[in-house]
Amino acid sequence: MIQIESLSKNFAEKKVLKEVSLSIPNGKITSLVGSNGAGKSTLLGIISRILEPDQGAIIISEKNIKEYKNRILAQHLSILKQSNHINLKLTVRDLVSFGRFPYSQGRLTAEDELKIDEAIAFLNLTEIAEDYIDELSGGQRQRAFLAMVVAQDTDYILLDEPLNNLDMKHSVQIMKILKELCQQKGKTIVMVIHDINFASYYSDYIAAMKGGQVIHFDKTENIIEPHILHDVFDIHFEIIERGGRRICNYYDN
Amino acid sequence: MSIKNKLILLSLLCLGLLAFFLLFDLPTNWTYAFEKRSIKIAAMIMVACCVAYSSVVFQTLTANRILTPSIMGFESVYVLIQTVIVFLYGDKTFTAVNDKENFFLSILMMLGFALLLFRFLFRKEKSNLYLLLLIGLVLGTLFRTLSSFLQLIIDPNEFLMLQGSMFASFNSINLELFWYALAIMLLCFVLGFRGFRNLDLVILGRENAISLGLDYFKTVRLYLILISVLVAVSTALVGPITFFGILVTNLTYELFKTYKHAILIPACCLVSCLALFCGQLVVEHVFNFNSTISVIINFVGGLYFMVLLLKVKKV
Repeated sequence: MIQIESLSKNFAEKKVLKEVSLSIPNGKITSLVGSNGAGKSTLLGIISRILEPDQGAIIISEKNIKEYKNRILAQHLSILKQSNHINLKLTVRDLVSFGRFPYSQGRLTAEDELKIDEAIAFLNLTEIAEDYIDELSGGQRQRAFLAMVVAQDTDYILLDEPLNNLDMKHSVQIMKILKELCQQKGKTIVMVIHDINFASYYSDYIAAMKGGQVIHFDKTENIIEPHILHDVFDIHFEIIERGGRRICNYYDN
Repeated sequence: MSIKNKLILLSLLCLGLLAFFLLFDLPTNWTYAFEKRSIKIAAMIMVACCVAYSSVVFQTLTANRILTPSIMGFESVYVLIQTVIVFLYGDKTFTAVNDKENFFLSILMMLGFALLLFRFLFRKEKSNLYLLLLIGLVLGTLFRTLSSFLQLIIDPNEFLMLQGSMFASFNSINLELFWYALAIMLLCFVLGFRGFRNLDLVILGRENAISLGLDYFKTVRLYLILISVLVAVSTALVGPITFFGILVTNLTYELFKTYKHAILIPACCLVSCLALFCGQLVVEHVFNFNSTISVIINFVGGLYFMVLLLKVKKV
């Protein structure tokens, strides 16, 4: 379980997070939603130790992340940020191999090789495993980076807008992979996502943020309600229910 | 050709040129010339390795291929110090400040400058490398302008004295200083050697590197300091060679299409040695010492820099 305890963060004078507390359940997909500037990415950044909080603590597996060694924490928790531009001659396989760094510090063992092959196969990258990263399309590149995270084999995976700049087909592809990761491998996935319908369709829990605070946190079906979404985004939502799934229409505002 | 073969070929070429320098046209009474030449070659190898190492690492840290550590203003600090010394002591310069004092003073000032920059601009949370570079660039320009101003008002004879130290030259290396420089350089290489694999992670960017368990801040800080020391040492020993870094790193990337620093750095050292040997060869046997190696390298490096810019524009 990821436990967030009264987290605060200021950038200059601006309070980006105000005493945020949250417990993110294991083995589920949790989406962080909210308007721009609500503090979602900052929260994710602090959980993943990319940013340091001014106050508060992150507890993972009953231990403060500050008490972990970098290398050990990297075996439990990984993060993938949105923009990944690399213009070096790096093949997909090289990139995925980096995922094993926390375990072998760059000297790959037979077990590492196995995990790398597995991750490449899991994301359907076998055919382009020897291609260079900078020659791939956006969807392929995103899959390659996800494969690195899969090879890292952490219990907790944090994703900052994993669907950014992807078309619908590739977005669905990525979300399905995340769902499989969660169901087959028991990973805990936390992601920042802007498309409320993707959040509704694929996540188990939703944390809604506004003005640096988590104002609603519950199972997805309890969050996808017109009055709650209105509370979060200040616009009107029409909820359409089909076969137990809820789709939001917010285009008539 | 495999990477290993390329490395072997480069090493052989280097050894060949080295032997040529050492043995070509050796006078009958050879001991004196042999000793002189050995020092010169050793200094060339050392400077080549300093530049190669610092440039490759610098380009990795800043995620680009066109900047070299000289952009941070080290060389302008060096030129300013030399100018100020001559300005203060005039024709008594060489009696007032001997080579050794000058060497260590230059290193200290360059390092002091670098550490001040890091102290104020490179902190854990706001580790904005680009701001650091920008300020370095601006201060570098300031120092250069100050130097030009001082150079303008000193006596022309004294300016000639100064000019000697503003261009790199391997023809008058002080042996004692060479040993100091070598010791410092080896120390830096050993300190940095263990982290080559960490550097491989740095190319993935800050967030990915942290996610993979790298202490990004510590790694970058360590290498920035090592780079500063190396650049300071090589500049203090032979003088500034601005375009050399760009030339050799990009040649290395072209030759060795890899991201592994354990290969890139030694390969770049070899390429640099080769380039310096060739440059020196031209200086000695084409221009008969009527030119300095800086001029040759800046000419070739400058041309290559333009080619690079045009290439980047096309992409």
